[in-house]
Amino acid sequence: MATKLIAKPRHTLGEEAFVPAITKGLGLTISRFVKNTFTPRDHGEIATVDYPEVRRTYPERFRGVHRLTHREDGSPRCVACLCCSTACPAQCIHIEPAEYSADSPQAGYERYPKVFVIDELRCIFCGYCVEACPCDAIRMDTGVHMPASTQREHFMYGKETLMSLPGQKGTFVTANPRHEPGEAGHPGIDREHGH
Amino acid sequence: MDIIFIVATLLKIVFVLGILFTFSPVMVWAERRQSAMIQDRVGPVRAGINIFGHEIRLLGLLHPLADTIKMIWKEDFVPPRADKVLHAAAPIIALTPALATIAVVPFGDMLYLDHLLEILPRTGLLSGEHIRLQVANLNIGILYIFAIAGTGIVGAAIAGYSSDNKFALLGGIRAAGQMVSYEVTLGLSLVGCFMVYNTLLIENMVQWQHDHVWGIFVQPLSFILFLAASIAETKRVPFDAPEGESEIVAGYFLEYSGMKFGMFFMGEFMEVVTGSALIVSLFFGGYHVPFLERNGFDFGQVQVLMPHIAVIGLQTLSFLIKITLMMWFQLMIRWTLPRFRYDQIMNLCWKVILPLSLANILVTGVVILWLQG
Repeated sequence: MATKLIAKPRHTLGEEAFVPAITKGLGLTISRFVKNTFTPRDHGEIATVDYPEVRRTYPERFRGVHRLTHREDGSPRCVACLCCSTACPAQCIHIEPAEYSADSPQAGYERYPKVFVIDELRCIFCGYCVEACPCDAIRMDTGVHMPASTQREHFMYGKETLMSLPGQKGTFVTANPRHEPGEAGHPGIDREHGH
Repeated sequence: MDIIFIVATLLKIVFVLGILFTFSPVMVWAERRQSAMIQDRVGPVRAGINIFGHEIRLLGLLHPLADTIKMIWKEDFVPPRADKVLHAAAPIIALTPALATIAVVPFGDMLYLDHLLEILPRTGLLSGEHIRLQVANLNIGILYIFAIAGTGIVGAAIAGYSSDNKFALLGGIRAAGQMVSYEVTLGLSLVGCFMVYNTLLIENMVQWQHDHVWGIFVQPLSFILFLAASIAETKRVPFDAPEGESEIVAGYFLEYSGMKFGMFFMGEFMEVVTGSALIVSLFFGGYHVPFLERNGFDFGQVQVLMPHIAVIGLQTLSFLIKITLMMWFQLMIRWTLPRFRYDQIMNLCWKVILPLSLANILVTGVVILWLQG
């Protein structure tokens, strides 16, 4: 069996003498040292963030804590269709739907969530609920991650909590317009004019 | 032996120990912050004291204090089958040479107590009480340093031996082997300097450099070799095989915790401080300030006369600044180079540094004879 002999790599005299090589290395480290020491923090190349005081903003598509978006009048956009709780692989969304009162224009056409609870401890932050929602009512664009706590109850986020969280841009509504019954663009479906 | 001599000696000891005990915690801080700056990080900046609602952080300078408090309160663990006496004695044995070496390093010119506010003549001895700004004026001079530094091996070796741990034993053996080897070159690399300075006393070497030129310009090779050997003696990167984390966990002080570990840790930094003081004295003119004579600055045409006490103050300040720069440089080297393999350490010592120092002695001798005609 033929053995292929590989020659041991030879160092040049400059490398063997160490001093030129060390000088070269020192040049690099000293230049980094001088640059980082004498440049102000916000202009330098130090990537460290002073975490609790300074927080890096999350990217736009970061899936943080959920929020329930508002309509113009401040009520939830959610129509309690249960799409999100059906899509949820962790089964962490609990919704109790309720009918609007008879004199409301929404009565008989859509429902609202009487109870909307997300168990944030069970949630796996997959974003399927956001995908499933037909009304753009649930979003994960708050840009905050789950605050820590020692009590399980603190992780049961109710309707009020979810509606009190603004999006990363600070608004409670979404950019997608919602067409109320009677407005142009509304599909015109209600109890009288059904499919 | 009069009272002034005793008081002055005590004050000098306090001053020198003050240098060691303030520089070494600052070194701990500097090592962490400096490495952070080299590696595009921030390093430790968070330890702070809350005074009247304001958090004072001092760029992280309080971290060594926090470390010390932590180390004092940590459990002092001794392995059950360790040699209790030697295990307790080793940190002290390791720390002592680091403290003792600086005794012969001068940090200022002769201080004339009776002429403090006068402008002295440039040369010549003066009447009245005079104090040498150096803790011990030994007639064996630098040989004392070699002797004391030689005992540094004992602490590491005993620590490794007494810990009842194979890694610690390996570390102790490595430390002993490395330090004994570099002991030889540490001495031989300086022989060229002795020949040029024509003395063994450090104060006379500083005076020679003041009268002629800094030692690094007459003995550059000797400087490089001595720097390498002294880094090897302090067992720091790139010569830190005795405590090589990736191979033998922490080497000879593996089984030490709490303040005993702290003593090894501090001892290492004190060795860097004394090593820097020695290098500054031997190669960078010691306390000597460029253009500063005993009566003030002399720039050729312009002369600035200064009282004796100001000259001495400037000299001590310049000595401290030079030490600081030298320590900065040693930290720079520590964060630039990777660790040598153990056989590379030995090859470097016996096959490179030793022959080069012998050649340096030969060439220096030839040149001196040639200059003398």
